[in-house]
Amino acid sequence: MSAPVSFLGELLSGDRPRSRVLAVLLVAVLIALAAAPFLFPGTRSLNVAAKVAVFIVLVASYDLLLGYTGIVSFAHTMFFGIGGYGVGIAMGKLGAGWGSLALGVAIALVAATVLAFAIGLLSLRVRAIFFTMITLAVASFFQILASQLSWFTGGEDGLNFKLPPMLLPSTRLFEAPLFGVDVTGRILSYYLVFLCALGLFLVLLRVVNSPFGRVLLAIRENEFRAEALGYRTVVYRSVANCVAALGATCAGVLYALWLRYTGPDTTLSFNIMIDILLMVVIGGMGTLYGAVLGATLFVVAQNYLQDLMKLASDGLAGVPLLPALLHPDRWLLWLGILFILCVYYFPNGIVGRLRKTRT
Amino acid sequence: MADSRNDRAAPSASMLVLEGVHTHIGQYHILQGVDFAVPRGGLTMLLGRNGAGKTTCLRTIMGLWRASRGSIHFNGKDITRLQTPDLARRGVAYVPENMGIFAGLTVRENMLLAARSGPPDEVRLDWIFGLFPAMKKFWNGVAGNLSGGQKQMLAICRAIVEPRALILVDEPSKGLAPAIIANMIEAFRELKRTDTTLLVVEQNFHFARALGDNVAVMDAGRIVHSGRMDALAADEALQTRLLGLSLESHQ
Repeated sequence: MSAPVSFLGELLSGDRPRSRVLAVLLVAVLIALAAAPFLFPGTRSLNVAAKVAVFIVLVASYDLLLGYTGIVSFAHTMFFGIGGYGVGIAMGKLGAGWGSLALGVAIALVAATVLAFAIGLLSLRVRAIFFTMITLAVASFFQILASQLSWFTGGEDGLNFKLPPMLLPSTRLFEAPLFGVDVTGRILSYYLVFLCALGLFLVLLRVVNSPFGRVLLAIRENEFRAEALGYRTVVYRSVANCVAALGATCAGVLYALWLRYTGPDTTLSFNIMIDILLMVVIGGMGTLYGAVLGATLFVVAQNYLQDLMKLASDGLAGVPLLPALLHPDRWLLWLGILFILCVYYFPNGIVGRLRKTRT
Repeated sequence: MADSRNDRAAPSASMLVLEGVHTHIGQYHILQGVDFAVPRGGLTMLLGRNGAGKTTCLRTIMGLWRASRGSIHFNGKDITRLQTPDLARRGVAYVPENMGIFAGLTVRENMLLAARSGPPDEVRLDWIFGLFPAMKKFWNGVAGNLSGGQKQMLAICRAIVEPRALILVDEPSKGLAPAIIANMIEAFRELKRTDTTLLVVEQNFHFARALGDNVAVMDAGRIVHSGRMDALAADEALQTRLLGLSLESHQ
């Protein structure tokens, strides 16, 4: 019994959920994502599951900046986009092979690291607000660049590309269905996305629970005290910026692979940046488990709140006012109200609240 | 100006030497030509009224404020322009005033942060726990939940988790109950038995007299007296002139 427990502890880098409810929720999300093709067969539900997996990595990597280091960056979607465009351009120009995929990923990772390090070194030594403004400017510039260089990036239309044959929906991996579901290249794609996301999340968990992560927390709390202990805060913050950028780039790669498309609206949009911020705050800053819950809740609400409201609206037919209030067209209003309530009642995020009231 | 320099240690015997150090913070000229030396080994007290520039002096030594003029030498090397992390890596530890700990981290994490060369060994930890038993008790507790005295103890523990050449301590007894201060005095006595040199800013004269080997007194951004602590403790008139009250009347 103790061996599996200790293996789990090692896998989670010693960062246990520290709340029974949180542990149950995390296991539920893990099982739901791991078995999504069989539990929720269907294109839409599989899309939602893949998006949740990708956004968990994207939000967790952003939390490394915001929650662990106290840095507010608006360039996270830019790195998300670099990942997407890296794969999209490489596979679009060089063909749908594993080699071009690897080349695209490698170029995207190098470009993201160089850019993140340059932004960090140039601006992290000065006041935090300056860094934030720089990231906003660079992200806007990148968005304009992606839109203007249409011969290279596909402009506003983005880029469609083909995947290696093994990942195509038309490829059947087994003759017979498995648990009633045809195992196609699409399902293999899903598991590629899911397993990579799981691996990346565990790597990020290892990073924040390492001595490096401890220094980041110290810098967030008091930069001068961290310096007085001998830590070069600019270097640590720059490295954190690079690690977060790499996380976002990997998430961008996975999202592009899943969609077989990359474009400004799916990766570079400022709306996605706002969504990431909301997911971090709702889940709980400074805890990567918050990214899991925040991303899951947000993406599921974004996709299913309208359906839920339609059910409620139809169910309340005949009751005055309520069906109109719950009409599916008003889903954004209710999403907003839900977030306000979430922030009001869980100022430390859902994970912060659950850890405070341990069960 | 300093009126007693006879007892000042020769430069070669000094671990830290400040010469004509000026520090400006914004438009304010805080240190106005600080000259003093901290002898190797033992504990030097830096005394002075509120606003004399004691904390600024420590922060300038540590590189947290830049000296606008003058020089600071540590172990014979000029450290005036050195960055704070580099100074810390050369063996200077700083315990800021107001319990400068990382409140969101556990006691253990606070200590591990300060142990840059790797986790502290058992012998060192046992020695620290002997000085401050509360740290063992709350080892895995969040530092922000400690009492004021315990936080101050943690700040000192962090500075001694690895052997340091020089420890700068800013008002260790500030806001602490007498029983905790007595405990702190014992801990500093034990620390004095090691090779570490201590420079302590203090307002509590009882604390200063109990521990200080040497003393420097600041007023209006300058050192106005330096010498042996026992000589100052024995001279009531000098205490009154320099500090505005005597050790006797303080007690």
